[in-house]
Amino acid sequence: MSLALSIGLLAAAGVFLVLQRGMIRIILGFVLLTHAVNLLIIAAGGIGRRDAPFIGTDTSMAADPLPQAFVLTAIVIAFAITVVLATLAVVGKGDDDTEADSSLELSDPEDSASEKSGDLK
Amino acid sequence: MINMVELLLPLFVGAPLLLGGLLFVVPRLSPVQPMIAMGSLLAVLGGAVTLLVLTSDGKVLAHQISLWPEGIAIAFVADAFSALILTAAALVAVISFQYMIVSGESRSPSIPALVLVLVGGVAGALLTADLFNLFVFIEVMLLPSYGLLIFLSRRSDMGASRLYVVVNLLASTLFLAGVGLIYAIQGTVNLAALAGAGDDPATAIATAVCLSAIAVKASVFPVHGWLSRTYAAASPAVAALFSGLHTKVAVYVIYRISAVIFEGDSAWMTAILVIASLTLVVGAFAALGEKDMRAILLFQMVSGIGFILVGVALFTPGAVTAGIVYMTHHMIVMGALLLVASAIEHTYGSTRLERVAGLRTREHLVTAAFVIGSLSLVGLPPFSGFVAKYALVLASADADAAIVAGLLIVVSLVVLVAMMKIWAEMFNGKRHPDVEVLAAESRIRTRNGLYDTEQVNQDEVALEAARAIEHIDPPRGIIGVEGDPHEHRGTRVPLPLIYPALILGGISVALGFGGEFLVSLAEQASAGLIDTGDYVKAVLGR
Repeated sequence: MSLALSIGLLAAAGVFLVLQRGMIRIILGFVLLTHAVNLLIIAAGGIGRRDAPFIGTDTSMAADPLPQAFVLTAIVIAFAITVVLATLAVVGKGDDDTEADSSLELSDPEDSASEKSGDLK
Repeated sequence: MINMVELLLPLFVGAPLLLGGLLFVVPRLSPVQPMIAMGSLLAVLGGAVTLLVLTSDGKVLAHQISLWPEGIAIAFVADAFSALILTAAALVAVISFQYMIVSGESRSPSIPALVLVLVGGVAGALLTADLFNLFVFIEVMLLPSYGLLIFLSRRSDMGASRLYVVVNLLASTLFLAGVGLIYAIQGTVNLAALAGAGDDPATAIATAVCLSAIAVKASVFPVHGWLSRTYAAASPAVAALFSGLHTKVAVYVIYRISAVIFEGDSAWMTAILVIASLTLVVGAFAALGEKDMRAILLFQMVSGIGFILVGVALFTPGAVTAGIVYMTHHMIVMGALLLVASAIEHTYGSTRLERVAGLRTREHLVTAAFVIGSLSLVGLPPFSGFVAKYALVLASADADAAIVAGLLIVVSLVVLVAMMKIWAEMFNGKRHPDVEVLAAESRIRTRNGLYDTEQVNQDEVALEAARAIEHIDPPRGIIGVEGDPHEHRGTRVPLPLIYPALILGGISVALGFGGEFLVSLAEQASAGLIDTGDYVKAVLGR
């Protein structure tokens, strides 16, 4: 139950942060989201009905190693992409506002000016 | 022989990845770098053709990694479908990379290495029979793409790159969640072991999570918006490369998952049919509103995804065959058209319709390549588009989806209108007076590696433009036409830049005349999707 609550909380916070405009917040949001998914995969191994795999304990009750391998891989990949995202947040001219980009014609200049003031620097 | 090839299946992934890594230690301006990359891309293409020959009689090749017992090992599988798509993807990669060598883009730091890693990831995603492994290969494919998008972009702001990374990361995270849910319910993520598991509602919903994530990557309506925004910021050659690899791998995964897990369950397929129809309509109409050749083509890509998905949504043998034919055709033709746009943008500095006009009388080969590509995209004989669309319309009519059949024809007309718009303004229009200046500025920018916000000395540009008019000669036979309204001296597209597009156009013509050949391959591929028995047997050994 506590696992389900943690997943829900992390996913909710992650989604909230990803919907913000500043790149740093989006990156933090993705960190939380990937944590939520990693916990979900751990939960998929049925941790409620399995024990730690110590020598001498019943092997049929030992924890499922496959989800742990999944999570290990997913953590590495998520880490790599977080680094890419963090790099993208600092390179390039201008601020780290994901949408204040006139060439994409997503927002008009007045809008982005007011948004920049509230943005993370 | 077959056993030997099965053992070598992981090389499709391993060899490009290893060589890609090795390329980082080769000095970056050495001509060896592109040569190694091109060599191994050609090897992948050759291997893919071999697979296609071996699987064309319906055989399924499978290799259990590390020779673990079946069901426990991650399996690499090649059947007619994956071999056909791998061949087309490798072909587009080879031709796009050839363009990058000619245009000098392959000389940027680590570009050959990134292309190799990208192709390795694509091969892995097409060959693996394990959902988690699929997620890993999609990431392997995406990471070099981020590099290609950013390194070769001349935009100084990173908006498009950020959007691309964020959208793909969100989709990947969702896909991973779906894989986790499937594992929680079924206790396996081996695709073959999941065959027919879509009957169980919980598994069906978990799989639907995976499919929605993949739909984002395939740019299916209503999550198609990122594609035209981000690919427009990439270097045009990179857009051509991506068009043949990224969205098509995603569509391949949709075909594979729908066929194996859902086995064409009609309730799900109706939903996919509605979404596919909306995608093809929205993509085609959105293209009409654009004023830039590349933007129009990018929306045609979205529309094409809809056409391809109609095949799997109807899920009759004929429709799946037609969908696979359309997919192969679309990879080649979109590659050709985007490479035409690349050549124009490289030479004239823009693909905005009103800035570059009157190409018809100046650029005969570019015009030829565009005409072949666009007529094929619209679906006129004798090009491959005709075979693909004819098969798809017939199959929809046969599957009691007359509305969809009508829609396909109407949307093809809308595509024709979009292509006519490019033709009327860019090829047939009156030449823009500043075209020499624009082209000269573009050359200076490329030479000095400037970003779009950096200013160029206007005197230098004027000098360069004057030099071009004086020194770049018109081709023979055009000199001395008295009173010709078109200016024939000055900038023109270098021949090597247009050959890659012409080669792809030629392949489209060949596939049009040899339609029977392509259809028979696709029939074999669709038979393997409709009846997944052989696939499951090859992976699980029972």
